[in-house]
Amino acid sequence: TSGVLVQPQQPGAECPEDSGDYCGLQETNSPFVFLSVALKFTDKHEWVQVEGGVGIVGISNYAQEALGDVVYCGLPEVGQRLEQMDEFGALESVKAASELYSPLTGEVTEINTELAENPGLVNKDCYAKGWIIKMTIEKPEELDGLMDQAAYDKFVTSLE
Amino acid sequence: MMWARLTVGAGASGLGLRAAGDGLLRFVGAGCAGRRQQQSRAASTETALKKTPLFDFHRGQEGKMVEFAGWSMPVQYKDSHIASHMHTREHCSIFDVSHMLQTNVHGKDRVKFMESLVVADIAELKDNQGTLTLFTNEKGGIIDDLIVTKTDQGYLYVVSNAGCADKDSVHMKARLAEFKYAGFDVDLEFLDCALIAVQGPTMSQVLQVGLKEDLSKLTFMTSALATVFGVPNCRLTRCGYTGEDGVEISVPESRVVELTETLLTNSEVKLAGLGARDSLRLEAGLCLYGNDIDETTTPVEATLVWTIGKRRRQAKDFPGADIIIPQIKAKTARKRVGLVSTGPPVRQHTPILSPDGKVIGEVTSGCPSPCLKKNIAMGYVDAAFAKNGTAIQVEVRKKAVPATVSKMPFVPTKYYTG
Repeated sequence: TSGVLVQPQQPGAECPEDSGDYCGLQETNSPFVFLSVALKFTDKHEWVQVEGGVGIVGISNYAQEALGDVVYCGLPEVGQRLEQMDEFGALESVKAASELYSPLTGEVTEINTELAENPGLVNKDCYAKGWIIKMTIEKPEELDGLMDQAAYDKFVTSLE
Repeated sequence: MMWARLTVGAGASGLGLRAAGDGLLRFVGAGCAGRRQQQSRAASTETALKKTPLFDFHRGQEGKMVEFAGWSMPVQYKDSHIASHMHTREHCSIFDVSHMLQTNVHGKDRVKFMESLVVADIAELKDNQGTLTLFTNEKGGIIDDLIVTKTDQGYLYVVSNAGCADKDSVHMKARLAEFKYAGFDVDLEFLDCALIAVQGPTMSQVLQVGLKEDLSKLTFMTSALATVFGVPNCRLTRCGYTGEDGVEISVPESRVVELTETLLTNSEVKLAGLGARDSLRLEAGLCLYGNDIDETTTPVEATLVWTIGKRRRQAKDFPGADIIIPQIKAKTARKRVGLVSTGPPVRQHTPILSPDGKVIGEVTSGCPSPCLKKNIAMGYVDAAFAKNGTAIQVEVRKKAVPATVSKMPFVPTKYYTG
């Protein structure tokens, strides 16, 4: 076959439980490939998904597993402008704190306010309900520099 | 994201899992994020790490192994940190603490010997009673915290921290040489048996099944020799580091896996690692040597005056007594306190500020409390701010966050007193 056929994953839709790092992609019989909704990954384990010209950002399954139960999310303000790789927040578990780095250059348009009451969403549903921020995409070419699913999976394997 | 700050307080040995500037989480063998070169550096040190008799067993149980004080130890198993922590508070957990130093002190003059090193009244202990005490130095600082038990078997049984094992054994051997030279009868025996802690409200119901003796007679801080689930020559001490009712069992090396497996056949019991151990002890208000107390903190600053025996305060006959005893009356400039906050978690080295923003101290350990769902911490503050209920601030990521000085334990302890 010519590759993985995808259907668009709607933000907020439930991830299949055993989806692991393939959450966000579903094999279908459709001949259409909607590349704009494929996840791109940074080597710091954030993912970004483009939806209607906006970048949705979260952390990967590998990252949430290593971090442990998230108990606190430190998030930026809406309107904050971020350069690629700028620190924009932090996730805290009982034992560890991890900074979050912006995968792209743009402006924060929305933060996931659900995470204040329910920080565990980052663990339970890291690719959908556990999204962290949404941002504008000032430099779409930055997406080309990020890893696709296959490259990220390879990267993760190289770490283990 | 970068694994910038894993805070398994590993203390003065400098082996805290705080990452280097490039953000590597030094989980040895746990397969966490990080650059390849650092990963392989971690892998090469893994071969040099010491292993307890339960090492292979931990790996078989999917333990995530990390370096701690030169040992390869499990930080957690399959269950999440919070699940493991709560299981200990509601049921019963087993912790491998075989990395700690266990010593028997023999000889007619063993009490005099031990008292020359620690602040406790050892002579007044009843047979088989133990006490938490401190090794102090000539400057009044704390070399280590430890438990000394006066057994009825002709020796003192001493358990001290893994991170201080080299330092403590050198310290004890030096004093031994002095005592022997002076003609006293003392000998040291460093034990090579395993040590497991069984902690939680259902510990006694789990353990009683495997004991002939009545566990209800073994009260907090007392010790006994016993055969446990068919394993002879175990020493059971009713103590622990979680705030729960529990025991530490010193087990012959060759039988510890068998005993641990037997305990795990009871569905009440799960394995727990160093992660849960740290959040449990902090909730219980117990110090971690290297973080909350060290050679630069006196027992008075550390609010540990209660460890100094009544007779010893009069006699002033322990190392650093001429510095420590006057501090009891005169008070110290800083004091160790508990603090509680909400918002971003508070960790070691977090600055503590007065309400008007002046630096008044520093956090020595902290974590989100799984039980309280708030942030708890210990730190030293200027004595003027040390009263319970005092409003203070902590500085997290350059922002001042309100906090309150709190009594400890943060979570009520449940020691079994009979």
